[in-house]
Amino acid sequence: MSLSNRHLLGLHGVPKEDIQLILETARTFREVLERPIKKVPTLQGKTIVNLFYENSTRTRISFELAQKRLSADTINFSTSTSSAKKGETFKDTVRNIEAMKVDMIVVRHQSAGVPQYLTKISKANIINAGDGIHEHPTQGLLDMYSIREKFGRLEGLKVCIVGDVAHSRVALSNIFGLKTMGAEVSVCGPATMIPLGIESLGVKVYHRIDEAMAKNEVLNVLRIQLERDAGKRIPSLREYHKFFGITSDRIEKHNREIVILHPGPINRGVELSSEVADGPYQVILDQVTNGVAVRMAVLYLLGTMH
Amino acid sequence: MKIILKQVRLLNPEQKLDEKNDLLIEDGTIKKIGGLTETDFKSSQVLELENKICSPGFFDMHVHLREPGREDEETVETGSNAAAAGGFTGVACLPNTNPDIDSAEVVRFIKEKSKDHLVDVFPIAAATLGRKGEALSPMYELFEAGAVAFSDDGTVIKNAGILRNALEYSRNFGTPIIEHCEDESLSDGAMNEGYTSTLLGLAGIPNVAEDIIVMRDIMMAEFIGGKVHIAHISSKNSVELVRQAKKKGIKVTAEATPHHFTLTDESVKTYDTNYKMNPPLRTQEDVDAIRLGLKDGTIDCIASDHAPHAIEEKEMEFIFAPNGILGLETSVGLAITELVQKKILSLMQLVEKFAINPRKILNIHVPQIKVGEKANLSIIDPSMIWTVDVSKFKSKSKNSPFDQRLLTGKSIAVINNNKMFYEDKFVTI
Ligand SMILES: [Zn+2]
Ligand SMILES: [Zn+2]
Repeated sequence: MSLSNRHLLGLHGVPKEDIQLILETARTFREVLERPIKKVPTLQGKTIVNLFYENSTRTRISFELAQKRLSADTINFSTSTSSAKKGETFKDTVRNIEAMKVDMIVVRHQSAGVPQYLTKISKANIINAGDGIHEHPTQGLLDMYSIREKFGRLEGLKVCIVGDVAHSRVALSNIFGLKTMGAEVSVCGPATMIPLGIESLGVKVYHRIDEAMAKNEVLNVLRIQLERDAGKRIPSLREYHKFFGITSDRIEKHNREIVILHPGPINRGVELSSEVADGPYQVILDQVTNGVAVRMAVLYLLGTMH
Repeated sequence: MKIILKQVRLLNPEQKLDEKNDLLIEDGTIKKIGGLTETDFKSSQVLELENKICSPGFFDMHVHLREPGREDEETVETGSNAAAAGGFTGVACLPNTNPDIDSAEVVRFIKEKSKDHLVDVFPIAAATLGRKGEALSPMYELFEAGAVAFSDDGTVIKNAGILRNALEYSRNFGTPIIEHCEDESLSDGAMNEGYTSTLLGLAGIPNVAEDIIVMRDIMMAEFIGGKVHIAHISSKNSVELVRQAKKKGIKVTAEATPHHFTLTDESVKTYDTNYKMNPPLRTQEDVDAIRLGLKDGTIDCIASDHAPHAIEEKEMEFIFAPNGILGLETSVGLAITELVQKKILSLMQLVEKFAINPRKILNIHVPQIKVGEKANLSIIDPSMIWTVDVSKFKSKSKNSPFDQRLLTGKSIAVINNNKMFYEDKFVTI
């Protein structure tokens, strides 16, 4: 069994069989991670570059750990200045890296489309680790893995993505992936944070969190990113918390099981109250562990393709 | 030197002229139309032009020549060469150079640079100093030096009070204010806002960012009475606003670019930065509205917004890449392919949009096809099928999304200022 595409650029258009294969493979790696010796020699001799144009310690560490567990050689290239300001063009940087004969590039960038562009100028397998407000496919996969672990299925599940959907790369990857797997996806947030016409992606829109909680089994709660100008679209964090924050009062009112996901890092007291962030409903730390397993699966499947 | 245009279809809506005839040009002047003798034929270079059209020279009123300041991207000379190759005998160049065209010296500098060329270059000067939108440029002085219009293109005149003053002051000499209509508080994005931008994860620029300014400018033109020209109209509602304004007799005119009547925002799906421009490519609905606007006369002319960019700048990540594409060498081919072939415009209307209306808007003499008149002519083969090849462009830059596109209709020759561009060469006639 192998994937139908030698890159992972996003979950848009990725067939169900591919997602299933990644999730199944991740399950075997999840078991490896429970062993005393957590390392397998699968990608020995492969060189992987983590090309991070945007600061994201969590994602980078998760990828790095996945690479180490698979015995790959890893090179980190991180910069927070864009090529536009740096003088050297992005293309030149990539050509340089390419000349070092790398096998895979994991890329994080402020601009949507950079992973696609990389496939044109590099021979390596490209893995998108987040491009602008476009996609973050491994996050989408690990969210799906975590949901499936909890419910044993994805088909027919009702999942709501809560928060600044318009400026989130996690939202789109979740929408595409979950819909392919047969889940019912909705979004909830203040209207300034929901892109116009998102219904045409086949998702339902809620503007009241209580309604969203009454109708869904899973809430994937996004981080309110002040660095993405979220402050311009809501009057205050306090108001956001009051009307869209997930609190234990709200959860208990519904008297049924709701699973809470969050891609981290959490703004406590904004999108989640502290009791919820630490409470029995969340699977946030499982997500972190699952993230390593899912990334191992993606690296393994792409790295051993012919 | 004597040139004969043999059996060419002469087209000029201004003269209600549509006839097949022979035309003799001597020393750059039209000497005879019909009635050519054996001796004429023996002593002239004869261009066989069966099934070709000849009209007053085409004029592109929206061109960025980049000189002074970015001579690595384009110069007055290379831009003029591109214009000649594309079928134009005149262009108007926008003032966002470095320094801006906001002083008489820069106007004269550009005029001087272009004085020996086949292609006439008419500078459009900045409406405000440094295009900052704060204080009026020395408009009268600029007009006297040769500026034919005023514009802060690249940006809008943000302050309505300044726009009022610019429009009012321009009435002194009857020049239009050319507006790049964009409310910048709404346009912090990299492509058209809509389904495709959501799918691609790119921040969007909504139509309304254009519409609001078009509406404001129309109301201002109605109030002040000056002439407003809407540059590169791209949105359906803006076309309708101009249509209604014209019905009311308000002095507003508009241009559309070939890319806005040819492409939609779906092209951005490849993240190719040659599809990044401002205003952005819109939806099919907008494309259809622009085509209809051209057909019914709401949109007066076709202008390319020719915007050369260096390869290394255009090859950047999508959100960082500069806006704009080349236009001069594909404009005529796209217009014939997308508008004439699809029966939206007749060839006569095409001449109106390319040769007559832009000059009228800028108060420039419209060349006539009659004996004694200086020959200022474009000769087009409306049915030639050809493939765009950017590597053969005369422009110094290469940023065109139309490379390798199959087009119908191409310029054969242009004649102006005692020169002819024919078979890839300039010759003095
Ligand atoms: Zn403009
Ligand atoms: Zn322009």
